[in-house]
Amino acid sequence: MMLINCPHCGPRAQSEFIYERTVDSVPPAGVSNDKAMQTLFTRGNPRGVDEEIWRHTFGCRAWMVVTRHRVTNGISHVRAVGPEALP
Amino acid sequence: MTGPSRPNTDQDSSFIFDGMRYPARKGDTLAAALLANGIGLVGRSFKYHRPRGIMTAGVEEPNALVTVGEGGRTEPNTRATDVFVYDGLVARSQNRWPNLSLDFGAIFGLAGPVFSAGFYYKTFFGSAKRWMFYEHFIRKAAGLGNAPRDADPDRFSQRAAFCDVLVVGAGPAGIEAALEASEAGKRVILVEQDEIIGASLIRDPQEQDSAWVSESADRIRAAGGRILTRTTASGYWEHDLVTLTQRLAEPGQIPANGVAQRLWHVRAGQVILATGSSERPMAFPHNDRPGVMLSQAVRTYVRRFGVCPGQRVVIATNNDDAYLTAHALREAGAQIVAILDARPAPAGQANGFTTFNNAHPLSTKGSRHCLKSVSGLVDGVSKSWDADLLAVSGGFTPVVHLHCQAGGSLEWNDAAQAFVPAQSRQNVKTIGGAATPAAIFTSAPVVPAKKSFVDFQNDVTLADVDLAWAEGYRSVEHLKRYTTLGMATDQGKTSNMGALARLAEKQGVAIPEAGLTTFRPPYTPVTMGLFAGAAAKDAGAHKRRLALYDVHAAKKPIWQPLGYWFRPRAYPMTGENLAEAAMREARSVRTAVGMTDVSTLAKFEVSGPDAVTLLETVCATSVGKLAIGRGRYTFMLREDGFVFDDGTVWRIDENRYLLTSSTGGADRMATHLSYVRNYLHPELSVSVVNVQEHHAGIAIAGPRAKSVLAKLIGEEPPRHMSTVATKIADVAVLILAASYSGERAFEIYVDARNATPVWGACETAVVAEGGCLYGLEAMEFLRIEKGHLVVGAEIDGRMTPHDLALDKMLNKAGGFIGSAGLTRPALSEAGRRQLVGLEAVEGSIPEGSMLVTADGKSPEGHVSASAFRILEGGSIALGQLADGFLRHGEELIATSPTRGQRARVRVVAPHFYDSAGERYRD
Repeated sequence: MMLINCPHCGPRAQSEFIYERTVDSVPPAGVSNDKAMQTLFTRGNPRGVDEEIWRHTFGCRAWMVVTRHRVTNGISHVRAVGPEALP
Repeated sequence: MTGPSRPNTDQDSSFIFDGMRYPARKGDTLAAALLANGIGLVGRSFKYHRPRGIMTAGVEEPNALVTVGEGGRTEPNTRATDVFVYDGLVARSQNRWPNLSLDFGAIFGLAGPVFSAGFYYKTFFGSAKRWMFYEHFIRKAAGLGNAPRDADPDRFSQRAAFCDVLVVGAGPAGIEAALEASEAGKRVILVEQDEIIGASLIRDPQEQDSAWVSESADRIRAAGGRILTRTTASGYWEHDLVTLTQRLAEPGQIPANGVAQRLWHVRAGQVILATGSSERPMAFPHNDRPGVMLSQAVRTYVRRFGVCPGQRVVIATNNDDAYLTAHALREAGAQIVAILDARPAPAGQANGFTTFNNAHPLSTKGSRHCLKSVSGLVDGVSKSWDADLLAVSGGFTPVVHLHCQAGGSLEWNDAAQAFVPAQSRQNVKTIGGAATPAAIFTSAPVVPAKKSFVDFQNDVTLADVDLAWAEGYRSVEHLKRYTTLGMATDQGKTSNMGALARLAEKQGVAIPEAGLTTFRPPYTPVTMGLFAGAAAKDAGAHKRRLALYDVHAAKKPIWQPLGYWFRPRAYPMTGENLAEAAMREARSVRTAVGMTDVSTLAKFEVSGPDAVTLLETVCATSVGKLAIGRGRYTFMLREDGFVFDDGTVWRIDENRYLLTSSTGGADRMATHLSYVRNYLHPELSVSVVNVQEHHAGIAIAGPRAKSVLAKLIGEEPPRHMSTVATKIADVAVLILAASYSGERAFEIYVDARNATPVWGACETAVVAEGGCLYGLEAMEFLRIEKGHLVVGAEIDGRMTPHDLALDKMLNKAGGFIGSAGLTRPALSEAGRRQLVGLEAVEGSIPEGSMLVTADGKSPEGHVSASAFRILEGGSIALGQLADGFLRHGEELIATSPTRGQRARVRVVAPHFYDSAGERYRD
């Protein structure tokens, strides 16, 4: 069970979080229908670093983007998302 | 006889094995007590039912598996070497009939070749009849203990802990490491699977004595360290999380405080593995007979438990360690008949034992219960000795399980002929015997392969490994699955290296090139109850109570689970069954008025200047044109274009909306809304609040609902799909005029804390108009007749808006989630299943049945919900049918082979009642 550093709560066990999807599976706003479906269905599965959308569901309920290495599970960065995290 | 670790010599407790009572001493394992009582035969082997005794003195034991305890506390497949005797312990041998000594299953041993490697594969891929023939006998004959039928009366708890250093294994290396870390000010947890700490020092106290062990333990505790005994580090997970399984009571024992075991989640800064090594057996024919034991285990029984497992002993070894066993046995008064040392020349041990070099065990003879003689090859010449114990030492296998579970790699240590821990990506290091096992002399077995067991628990011999090789299985992973090697409850702790060496020999490569199978948690078997923990009794699902639960309960309804809740399914009157009650309730709604609790519907309040933008992203219908005080039906799509939920959206105020959706999908919708709001559209000025349980909901439906409402609120009730905020029984309520039943209907939402008086006022008014309460069953009848959809039945995640005839409602402006997915060509191809109505021409339509044509080809659709016409009678249903929109009027067969039911049906439009919607309007 991984240890995820929630930007609001600090390091917490993975069991407090839910995994939503990888960032690169989210169709960017305003792309064509074809491009959107390509983003959704035909994605890479690289052996390396991945950006993933997680939510601290059983904690502060905030969403975040976790940068995780798919082989080692090493987490190099966690960034908050949501209205409060906008610049 | 006594051992250094035996606190007294009183025979202070007794236990029962296979119905006989025997004495035991405090601190005995069941294995030690059995040996002390002269019991050599403890179990029967898995496949061949060969008699087996005790081979080891630890958790790696493959043979001596027993069932311990009675009733719900029964624990099958417990290693006799890993249970400490308590007064009244009850143990039974396994896999034998009618009893351990006379086991008819042993006939399978004579049929040995039948059950050779790959037996199951050959049988499965042969004629089906063969398996049908074998199955009954195999299920009866092959196996271990039986799972208990009763619920476990004890509790299992879970606990989280954090430490700077977690030390696994309290032998000399582990104690030293824990002592050093704790005295350096670190938070330390030291775990030991045994009842007492010391590990190898218990059998070999010459290195450090027991005084050093207890003094070190005191110092660790004094420095704030924690020592957990009878606790196994069973799994090493990501980011240095180690799970510990702690026994607070022995298997089958009544726990002192009600808790039998505890599961620890320990997040450690650093993990030090001092897990030592386990001794390997040697492969030679009949090496599985009771009386053949591992050398260190023999020493443990002598030195720790004061039990001498034999009087005339042959020792077979390829290393120095076994000579310590010889000394221990001699001190205990046993006679060392011979030492067979595989090494070609004397290795310089000063002993006085009859030692043969270049000597290998060849076979054993004996009865079911004991060993009688041992034969061996000395310089290629056969010799034989009378003996009642053969102690073997085939080298040492470091316990690298946790290191490998943590994702670490291994490297080959040639001197020890063993894999030792190398790199790890986690913060773990291995010390002591697990890192530097003792050197051994290696030689390939020179004996026949038949009945030379490598995996004792799954009955795999060298001959099976050879057969797998001969049949083309080259990879170690294939060998494992074909022969079942290492797949028993001991996970091959004593067997894997022997088989691997044989495979490497066959391949003509060095052992490290042959590869290794994966080490997976748990290290030793873990009781299922431990994983469930405190949630075991209600299966982990939490229950929620309706705000109006007490009101319903007083009427003794039939309850039905729905989402997390129980809702009334029907309110039967005296003498009524469910169907009768539901039909009476539904008729009341059609002819007069009825009321029901709809509190569990998902409800979200969406407010702010950008509320419409958010709603038009989530909902596939337009929302922007909605006037204040009006509402409309809506549905939501997944990104791939399929409908996943539906509900209603209401404009309460300028920038304030109420969105409802299905009960069962409430959590999913809450997550979806939060994702859209926070991840996709953080820039919007909008707030989404889940008000599902803030409001209780009451629906009043029927031709007289409007007059009931008028009396309750003292004003003209809102038009269909309109809303008004008012008061009932002096409590503020929000009334939504929406209909699920097909009748003029109202949903009354009220603060859940004040729901009871509102419900009371409504019920009085409904009853005064000749109406009654209705439950979920009547609601289902009403909505099916009306052709309204249910998430989970018609909306099953495979239907597009077009398939459900909802496409005319789609937001023409697009921009909603799923609008891109809908453009995929496959979603508008011919042959898709579409929503249809079905009415019975003959028979009654079975729920969940398949729709087939009269010529009986493959199913072209299915029935998603079936019911009866409420006033006229007659079986009707909703279903999904390929190209269903074009097939109205066609006759089909609805068949449910599993229930043996069928009906002839006619395809019709999915509206059986008031298809023009005139009854909604005033």
